Amino acid sequence: MTKTLRILALLLALAAAGTWLATGGNRGWTKTSVPVKTIDEITGIEAVRYERRFLPGLEFLGAALLGASLLGGASFLFNKQTNN
Amino acid sequence: MTNTIITLLTLTALTSAALAAPQSFDFKDPKGVNNAVFRLDAPLEAINGSASGISGTVTFDPANPADTKGKIVVTAASLHVPNPMMKEHLHGEQWLNVAKHDEITFEAKSLNNVKTTGDTTTANVTGTMTVKGVAKEITAPVKLTYLKDKLAARTNGQMQGDLLVIRANFAIKRSDFGINPKAPEDKVADTIELTLSIAGASPR
Repeated sequence: MTKTLRILALLLALAAAGTWLATGGNRGWTKTSVPVKTIDEITGIEAVRYERRFLPGLEFLGAALLGASLLGGASFLFNKQTNN
Repeated sequence: MTNTIITLLTLTALTSAALAAPQSFDFKDPKGVNNAVFRLDAPLEAINGSASGISGTVTFDPANPADTKGKIVVTAASLHVPNPMMKEHLHGEQWLNVAKHDEITFEAKSLNNVKTTGDTTTANVTGTMTVKGVAKEITAPVKLTYLKDKLAARTNGQMQGDLLVIRANFAIKRSDFGINPKAPEDKVADTIELTLSIAGASPR
């Protein structure tokens, strides 16, 4: 059980950090849409269109690392119980 | 012969009058290009977003740009920020309360310091801005570009007419319009920088 929790904690931390880095390491809040700018040829206006895309932010990374820490911490509790 | 000359002169005068008459430009944009970008740059957080639900009518006379008048309307619910929770707050009761105040408007009353070069006019526009039901008179620099006969190019030849492009950069105070004035300014700036880029059509 102890080993399983620690492996899960590690996997969670790695998956969250990997996802965060792979999507560009957004240091702001999580975004579910990103602006895409295009120029209208006739008027020269820069149009802003939003594309649906998930960009995890720092709070996503923080929450995942906190969850991983809790899992890791819980593994020590199981470790003690097993020793007793 | 005299009658023919009189008729020709009358037709010429009427045509000239029609050409010189102020034109009405409709800013409801089926192409979805028109937009208003907003930016709040606080020390701890920058908030960027835009609004696309733009409509309104502007009367513009190419021969007398100083006489430009009109009203631009932004649908408050069209304001978008990339973070869904932030968007929910932005539309909520404490911030813009879009359920109750569904429109943000600017009604132009006069233009000052008007300078025209070719098809482009720059000026300072004074008018009434209404946000969240609070109306304030503001003055902002504006650039008007008159694109004669360009509507056809924008509609793949389906409509003939002219275009008017309006660009404006200005700032308003969040607290002036009662937009959550208690919110801490280190997180949400009091100054809202606005960039308006819109094109209106005047079909013939």
